[in-house]
Amino acid sequence: MTGPLAALPYATAAWLFLAGVYGMATSRNLVHAVGCLSVTQSSTYVLLLAVGYRRGATAPVFSDVPTSVPVVDPVVQALALTDIVVGATVTALLLALVVQVDKGHGTVDPDELSELKG
Amino acid sequence: MVRLLPLIVAVPLLGAALLVALGRHVRRAVAETAGCACAAGSAALAVGALVLTHGTAVTWAGDWRPHHGAGVGIVLVGDRVGLGLAALTSLLVVAVLAYSWRYFEEPPRGHAGAFPALVLLFQAGMCGFALTGDLFDAFVFFELMGAVGYALTGYRVEEPRPVQGALTFGFLNSLGGYASLLGIGLLYARTGELGMAQTGRRLDAAGGPDALVTGAFVLLVTGLLVKAAAVPFHFWLPDAHTVAPTPVSMLLSGVMVELGVYGVARVHTTVFAGPGGIPAAHFRRTLLVLGVASALTGAVMCWQQRHLKRLLAFSTVAHTGLFLTGLALMSDGATAGVCLYVLGHAGTKAALFAVTGILLDRYGSVDEHQLHGRGRGAWRLGLLFALGGLALAGLPPFGTALGKALVEEQADWLPLLFVPVSAVTGGAVLRVAAGVFLGAGPVPEERPGRQETAGDEEKPETGGLLRWLPAPMITVAVLLLAGALAVGTIPGLAEGTATAAAAFGDHAGYLAAVLDAHHSTPAAEGEWWTGPGVALGLLSAALAVALAVPAVRRLLPSGGWTGPLRRLHSGHVGDYVAWTVAGIGLLSALTWW
Repeated sequence: MTGPLAALPYATAAWLFLAGVYGMATSRNLVHAVGCLSVTQSSTYVLLLAVGYRRGATAPVFSDVPTSVPVVDPVVQALALTDIVVGATVTALLLALVVQVDKGHGTVDPDELSELKG
Repeated sequence: MVRLLPLIVAVPLLGAALLVALGRHVRRAVAETAGCACAAGSAALAVGALVLTHGTAVTWAGDWRPHHGAGVGIVLVGDRVGLGLAALTSLLVVAVLAYSWRYFEEPPRGHAGAFPALVLLFQAGMCGFALTGDLFDAFVFFELMGAVGYALTGYRVEEPRPVQGALTFGFLNSLGGYASLLGIGLLYARTGELGMAQTGRRLDAAGGPDALVTGAFVLLVTGLLVKAAAVPFHFWLPDAHTVAPTPVSMLLSGVMVELGVYGVARVHTTVFAGPGGIPAAHFRRTLLVLGVASALTGAVMCWQQRHLKRLLAFSTVAHTGLFLTGLALMSDGATAGVCLYVLGHAGTKAALFAVTGILLDRYGSVDEHQLHGRGRGAWRLGLLFALGGLALAGLPPFGTALGKALVEEQADWLPLLFVPVSAVTGGAVLRVAAGVFLGAGPVPEERPGRQETAGDEEKPETGGLLRWLPAPMITVAVLLLAGALAVGTIPGLAEGTATAAAAFGDHAGYLAAVLDAHHSTPAAEGEWWTGPGVALGLLSAALAVALAVPAVRRLLPSGGWTGPLRRLHSGHVGDYVAWTVAGIGLLSALTWW
């Protein structure tokens, strides 16, 4: 893959990051904001996988192919997997906190949560 | 001893796992003793490694060493500064667990192990971050201390305010963490390496920096600066501190924020300080701008607060700014000064938070106005608090003053920043001490509609209000302050710090130690107290008193001019996210242009 198309995965990662950030900055609902944080994080998955991609290469599992076959970089896949675990933890924790915000304040609109200021 | 390096991280992790598994079935005293034992074991290992080894201790997990410069092994690097921070973290965790001994009420009844387990996980994340020599591991430890930090901040989950502060903390730190991971991904794309030393060597071999390396640097440093609470990434810190349980605030302000500063310096010296990295002048400019902005913003906002924890939080922002400014000088002497400053600051700030926590548990408030004159009987507490304020201002021979003096010697203009900023933060604490413990001056009048956070809604962390001063709490506060005093009075510590700082700033030396097992100990002469240093320390302490006296008598103007700055701290997650993105833009401009 050469030419402008080669940059597409990187452009996608940048777009996902910015879209998630825009969503968080303008969000009117904390559940939505947590979702936007996950969108931001998915940019890291796309970037990592794009970095390790090799054209014409197969999955890095050598059980049924000879070791001379080109494979994509397994390191970034391990990183992406770890990243997903981290993301799941953070998302679950933040959503749990949002539930508690709703219980305590009766709202999940960040515009109405302004006890901490100044 | 070198082989035991992973245990510094593993012992608290194992302890946390055991406490979570068995916490339901043991009594609280058993769980807390186990927690203290794990934290103390880790502290003993870190201190032992510092005392018994020389130079840099390097451990490859599973003995997967690199061959001919390439490898997939993961490395732990215990250099003097990293080990020192691990030791500081572990000692502070022991202090925190002792502080919360029996008196700190925990909501999840029937699970005595929950709080100590979380604190141990926090310790493991922080020690791992201090000791890792691998960029991706650094991200994982960063997220570990982040996620545990959110949980600990929102620990009193039934109350409305803590969850709000924890959410802000979570959003901003995770966003920063993901920016860092993008930067790590870009570096991996360029070098094919994840180890800090390997990445640095490959970058140097590749020649001068280009847009990709600069972009990677900006993204990577963004996450670390969010953790370090540098302006304009600092907004989460006051909100988190305002609501976090006192023992957690002690850890957040005492070491976690400083670890962010350490991360910036570590990543820069190992990866980006060589010819293939970021030009030194650009790095210096970036840190100077952010450091000075943080110091001034922190000092101004600190003075305006009436919520004691929030006041201390903004003083942390101010001092982090001073640390960043010191590191921006990129000289061994300044780095040594910053190291001592961090040690002294950790003891002082943790002691101040400890006293604030006792105030909350005894009087049910951390509001300066509401507490006015109520602490008259508690002269010992007042003395501790005032001493902490003076130490924060930089009264010799506290460690804060020694570190500050060593940094100030590096350039003529530095005292113009360091003296006023430390005097204002110390003066704010002294103002509170005079009002609360002496009842000095008129009771401050309420100004409704003002953009501020009052401290009268915080709930005591003990079952009910305390009628006496609990011995463990007082003892911990006294010991922490004594520790800050020891940092400034033990000559060996300053000498060791000078050696540590010289090795820390040595880009080629770090690479050689990690990759070639070639150890060199750069010679360094430990600076000690000098006449001008003592004079500047006394000056800022005197200035703090001179600020506090008229402030108590309400002779100073009300500070209405700070209104716009205060309104920026709106408590709105969306605003803070926008500021973080603006900060990334600012960093790019400073680094690139």
